[in-house]
Amino acid sequence: MKPEEVYQPEIQEVDDSMSAIHDTVNSEYKYGFVSDLEADEAPKGLDESTVRFISAKKNEPGWMLEWRLKAFRQWQKMEEPHWANLHYPKINYQDIIYYSAPKQKVNPKSLDEIDPELRRTFEKLGISLDEQKRLSGVAVDAVIDSVSIATTFKEQLAEKGIIFCSISEAIQNHPDLVREYLSSVVPVTDNYFAALNSAVFSDGSFVYIPKGVRCPMELSTYFRINAENTGQFERTLIIADEGAYVSYLEGCTAPMRDENQLHAAVVELVALDNAEIKYSTVQNWYPGDKEGNGGIYNFVTKRGICRGYKSKISWTQVETGSAITWKYPSVILKGDHSIGEFYSVAVTNNYQQADTGTKMQHLGKNTRSRIVSKGISAGFSQNSYRGLVHVGKNANGARNFSQCDSLLLGDKCGAHTFPYIEVKNNTAVVEHEATTSKIGEDQIFYCNQRGIDTETAVALIINGFAKEVMNQLPMEFAVEAQKLLAISLEGSVG
Amino acid sequence: MLSIKNLQARIEEKQILKGINLDIKAGEVHAIMGPNGSGKSTLASVLAGRPEYEVTDGSVEFLGKDLLELSPEERAGEGIFLAFQYPVEIPGLTTTNFIKTAVNEVRKYRGQEPYDAVQFLKLMREKMAMVEINQSLLSRSLNEGFSGGEKKRNEIFQMAMLEPKLAILDETDSGLDIDAIRIVANGVNKLRSKDNAVLVVTHYQRLLDYIVPDFVHVLYNGRIVKSGTKELALELEERGYDFIKNEVGQEA
Repeated sequence: MKPEEVYQPEIQEVDDSMSAIHDTVNSEYKYGFVSDLEADEAPKGLDESTVRFISAKKNEPGWMLEWRLKAFRQWQKMEEPHWANLHYPKINYQDIIYYSAPKQKVNPKSLDEIDPELRRTFEKLGISLDEQKRLSGVAVDAVIDSVSIATTFKEQLAEKGIIFCSISEAIQNHPDLVREYLSSVVPVTDNYFAALNSAVFSDGSFVYIPKGVRCPMELSTYFRINAENTGQFERTLIIADEGAYVSYLEGCTAPMRDENQLHAAVVELVALDNAEIKYSTVQNWYPGDKEGNGGIYNFVTKRGICRGYKSKISWTQVETGSAITWKYPSVILKGDHSIGEFYSVAVTNNYQQADTGTKMQHLGKNTRSRIVSKGISAGFSQNSYRGLVHVGKNANGARNFSQCDSLLLGDKCGAHTFPYIEVKNNTAVVEHEATTSKIGEDQIFYCNQRGIDTETAVALIINGFAKEVMNQLPMEFAVEAQKLLAISLEGSVG
Repeated sequence: MLSIKNLQARIEEKQILKGINLDIKAGEVHAIMGPNGSGKSTLASVLAGRPEYEVTDGSVEFLGKDLLELSPEERAGEGIFLAFQYPVEIPGLTTTNFIKTAVNEVRKYRGQEPYDAVQFLKLMREKMAMVEINQSLLSRSLNEGFSGGEKKRNEIFQMAMLEPKLAILDETDSGLDIDAIRIVANGVNKLRSKDNAVLVVTHYQRLLDYIVPDFVHVLYNGRIVKSGTKELALELEERGYDFIKNEVGQEA
């Protein structure tokens, strides 16, 4: 994720990124460094006082604290879900720090006042907070541990009436919008991790695109976990008003540590009449080492609602990181003629486990959804697709097409597909296709015989396999994502 | 150019090559013929370095280097090209992309600068005309959904692009009708020069009507049992492989 570089636009030109793949395949996880930042932290553990502490740190209004406390009380009554095809030791929720903010000497009023060490951290990650240096027209909200550090291009966006800021700022400055839409898509009690997030979320991004406005640049949030023993709980809320359009990107990394760290985010998208939201993720949390030690536990609830006529929400995800991934970006197709899409590439290597997929809930008439899931498993990893297509009884003319392909590298990994289909309307058309294949010795030898070494051959084959999804990514992300796939599968064949 | 001495190889526990001796000089075309199961394709695979085969004895020298010490991609870099009997499919990877990667990897091995998009396109146009292949095929995923003839023509196109020193054609005629054979053979003939050599592995004589060999060798039961000129191929066509079997049987 280096948006300040100018990438060549041809996504198909995989070979031009090959030399870069060569440079990086032999490198370990390259974002594993730790920055020396003095932090302002909550005491370890979670009780009501932790929730009050976070709310007070954020100087939140009373309604927000009440909302959090309600969530916390609900969470206490809930149990961690274990239906997913994931196996991990019990999480001790009292052994986590729920709030950690890098101390800044001054409260920065402008981008120039940001602590140089923080600025350097993001420079090292390839994220420039300097607007002048940015060529590709991507506005960034930079979040480290529990707080948003900076948001670029705010003023230019504000001229069009677009709000792009941290959710903490939105709670202060746009309380009406936050109160109207927060938890309107993912209710506080939706699931265990969503309830936990609602109680303790500390920051995240907020986007509002007004009626009829097409957002002129890509918006993105870059999430970084830095501090030890902390969990990251971010909350993102994106609203596209009638006829609006926005493309939003999310990236993330974390240091290499032997302990597992918890990341439990909630993302809510709301698209009104004729509005479109395109949400892309390149997930590169630290996956743990080759023996399966450490890595991020990634329990994320992402859901969008197409509330109006012809609304459209499209999720694209490239999942390469995390020790555990539990994530099902979903779309509620409420408005008539609304469209939901889910494009996913999930890569697991070594001892990584991923249980990911989507839910498409067809409620409105003539709603359409499309699911394209590409799972790549290597090493000793387990990769599951879990998807639900639900067609409600009033959803006349609903259509779904699902395609779930799995690619195996080696014979010690697993690929699983759990498609669930519930149709309550007999005019619906639901199609599901699934394939499982292995990278063949024949394919590798064929490439070798043409002078292509095995690592490059694997990169060509997996990028070919994942192409349909990669083509959905905004240009700035696509080339980077291709490199990431190759790096994640380093040493898994040959 | 190529000197094979007492080459023996097996797959799993089965000994297939039992002592091959063969010398190929620059500018020559050699044909290896033989009945099914005689070891023709194994010889082609062993020369290219297919990992399933284990060389148990003998040596292969190629342009002064010990070929058996080199990995398959190094052999390609040195100038060995194998046109596959069954070219593989790679979904989602365009043929053009694949060939561009291959050409530039080979150039890198030889210490040459990679071709940029303009240079590559120019080379591609030139070679496309030479082997009568069209652009639409090259924009599609590698070999996916190609007909038998298209796959083989694509092999010859790759050969033209990579400009090998030694091209090995493994049953390139199998499954092709006569028109396709003619197109493929024309491509090969245009690529012949005094600096490179071709080893044609085939079951039937008919390909040799179009690619005329300097030498013909008959492989039987893992050994070259008879060598001659192109007349030997015609004799085989006329009398079938049984006469070879009988001859060898009598000697034994």
